[in-house]
Amino acid sequence: MGEPVKSSDAAADNQAIVSQEIRDIEEGYRAARAAGQPAEVQPRVDYPPYRSSILRHPTKSLHHADPETIELYSPAFGHQDVHALESNLTIQHGGEPLGERMVLRGKVLDGNGRPVAGQLVEIWQANSAGRYIHKRDQHPAPLDPHFTGVGRCITGPDGSYEFLTIKPGAYPWKNHLNAWRPAHIHFSLFGTEFTQRIVTQMYFPGDQLFPLDPIYQSIVDQDARERLVARYNHDLTSPEWALGYEWDIVLTGPKRTWTENEAYGEQGDDEH
Amino acid sequence: MSTEKPVSTEKLTPTPGQTVGPFFGYALPFEKGGELVPAGSPNSIKLHGTVFDGNGAPIPDALVEIWQADSNGNIPNETGSLVRDGYTFTGWGRTPVGNTGKYVFSTVNPGPTEPGKAPFFAVAVFARGLMNRLFTRVYLPEDTEALENDALLSSLEPARRKTLIAERLADGSLHWDIRLQGEDETVFLDFHAEG
Repeated sequence: MGEPVKSSDAAADNQAIVSQEIRDIEEGYRAARAAGQPAEVQPRVDYPPYRSSILRHPTKSLHHADPETIELYSPAFGHQDVHALESNLTIQHGGEPLGERMVLRGKVLDGNGRPVAGQLVEIWQANSAGRYIHKRDQHPAPLDPHFTGVGRCITGPDGSYEFLTIKPGAYPWKNHLNAWRPAHIHFSLFGTEFTQRIVTQMYFPGDQLFPLDPIYQSIVDQDARERLVARYNHDLTSPEWALGYEWDIVLTGPKRTWTENEAYGEQGDDEH
Repeated sequence: MSTEKPVSTEKLTPTPGQTVGPFFGYALPFEKGGELVPAGSPNSIKLHGTVFDGNGAPIPDALVEIWQADSNGNIPNETGSLVRDGYTFTGWGRTPVGNTGKYVFSTVNPGPTEPGKAPFFAVAVFARGLMNRLFTRVYLPEDTEALENDALLSSLEPARRKTLIAERLADGSLHWDIRLQGEDETVFLDFHAEG
């Protein structure tokens, strides 16, 4: 490590410097692709434009392992864990939150295209002004007394999930001077085995902040990062009620075979 | 299941991960998340340690999840981790670290899932600044023969192997630190050839 490490919250560099770093990395990736290297489908953990990653990424390559025993199964979730109303983020307080009401719907699939049924989906997000209910978020946008920004649901037999929420705003952060995150919703997902566990972020189509954001750009492959962008669907939009967005999630794997999967039985208490 | 569908052999490309970010604290942690069994209950043990960055500084905004067999080596298939009833062992727990980077689980020693297998906890680590979740394992230190024969451990150099084995303290607890970077960097696992 040659250069001294900058504090992640120093906002030391301006957007032009960070954007140049982003472009340089992307050019390197394009050259590697042109030379026959495989596409990268996950973010780079070593991505210096995201300053707080500098001291928090493994420097040794991940060790290949064949999943064993417990890793080939997943914790079970069901209606003991999640109430049906937890998928509606607009009714958690005494009134309607401000902002664009939206329906968000999609499916959780495994790498073979099979639905992941009866599993836990958790989301969290900023309010329509781009403010999180978190003591560390102190930027001077208003909190909304009618919006917490946390939702959960259990996927249906076809792997489907649906939330009713409001569209989050962009929010400023201190990665660099004048850094703004594109509007996004955080997702936490489980599959049928532990190896499929994923936390990610969903974005909105056409966001002008995409090229400027080191978190989005840490996925250096254009096709791969577009997998995080929801699709606006006017057929899902309800008249005088809510805009409709769709976003499907594909988990890695599974490593366990279908036969063993069946023998093990049902996940959760939703899949009957 | 009678409605077996033909299985497509076509593989879909996975959705990329992203960092958990700084603001998961009001969303992902839940009451008794780290208490797979009630703290202090008979046969309960404490699994605890600190998450460190590449400068050896504790990370105050990380999240740790464990998934394990019960003390007989059986793999749980019980719902109710998020709303614990105090009796059902679900095998899964989640806890954020504190301001000093420390995490604590109250649980039981996992048993061997097959005779002679080295028992371990499966672990997932999340943090602000960490672009994607990391998988690892922490093994119980006692059954040295099983540890010797373990496929993963025996594929590692001794210095790296020890990052995956907890230390049993005099109070019966298991101590295990997670180092995201640096000389004693924890071994993190790739199950999918993600590179």
